[in-house]
Amino acid sequence: MSVAARAFEPAPPPLDPDSRRWLDELARRPPPAETLERLHALLLQAARFELRRRRSALPWLDHDERERLAVECADDALVAVLARRASYRGHSRFTTWAYKFALLEAGVRVRRLAWRGRELSISGEGWALVADQAPTQQERAEQRELVAALQEAIAALTPHQRRVLLALTVDGVPIDVLAERLETTRGALYKALHDARARLREQLRARGLPRLLDEAAAG
Amino acid sequence: MTRRRLDAALLRRLLGLSAPELGCEECFELVDRYVEAELRGDDAYALVPGMAAHLAGCPACAEEHASLLALARRDG
Repeated sequence: MSVAARAFEPAPPPLDPDSRRWLDELARRPPPAETLERLHALLLQAARFELRRRRSALPWLDHDERERLAVECADDALVAVLARRASYRGHSRFTTWAYKFALLEAGVRVRRLAWRGRELSISGEGWALVADQAPTQQERAEQRELVAALQEAIAALTPHQRRVLLALTVDGVPIDVLAERLETTRGALYKALHDARARLREQLRARGLPRLLDEAAAG
Repeated sequence: MTRRRLDAALLRRLLGLSAPELGCEECFELVDRYVEAELRGDDAYALVPGMAAHLAGCPACAEEHASLLALARRDG
């Protein structure tokens, strides 16, 4: 991925008073216990929020189990926030910045729990694309051509790219779940997915199918 | 043999967007900035280049972004 995440770094706006207070208190050695308790409570609020939003993914969890999970997420998020405090640059409210750590912990746990024990087909083999229904003969012919082109392009990927592409996009395996199963990181998997997609697009262009790429992008 | 119908949604997931995009770590680093720009009504797309393309291609990051946006909006 070649985008510079920050082509230029604008100066952050002046800190709001609440964020200033958080930074000042957390900079103390040691941070006051009351500050850490408030921070934990903030992260717990975010973890509860996320677990409520995702409760349909874990219907078997009762309230007490969800609360235990939320506390676990908040505990781990607190460690992460304190470890990465120096990366807060004031481009957002401190609370928004901190929330994302708890949301990440909760989101990853939900996805992993939802897929726990499920068999994953991650060989990249034994699958086939079928053309979608289309109203006209010409569109059906274009669909068949696209399916054939895609299947060839996918077959030409490296085994790892093919496995990652199919698991994430066709089988809908969450990226954290796949990362855990393949003993790698989310970032490494997304890089493989990104590269696989780029190769597919390149292959389709080489086959003279740019219109379908544009339609997919516009979708 | 598993068969999958190639509908528009699957095609988009297979191909992604032909646009520069962030990786998952960069997305996490910048998502709070992006969310607050959205809440202010600023041009978040221009402020954090590559974020929108990544969110379109990564369901996990998109979920986390949606939750952060909802939570930050609730804070007002």
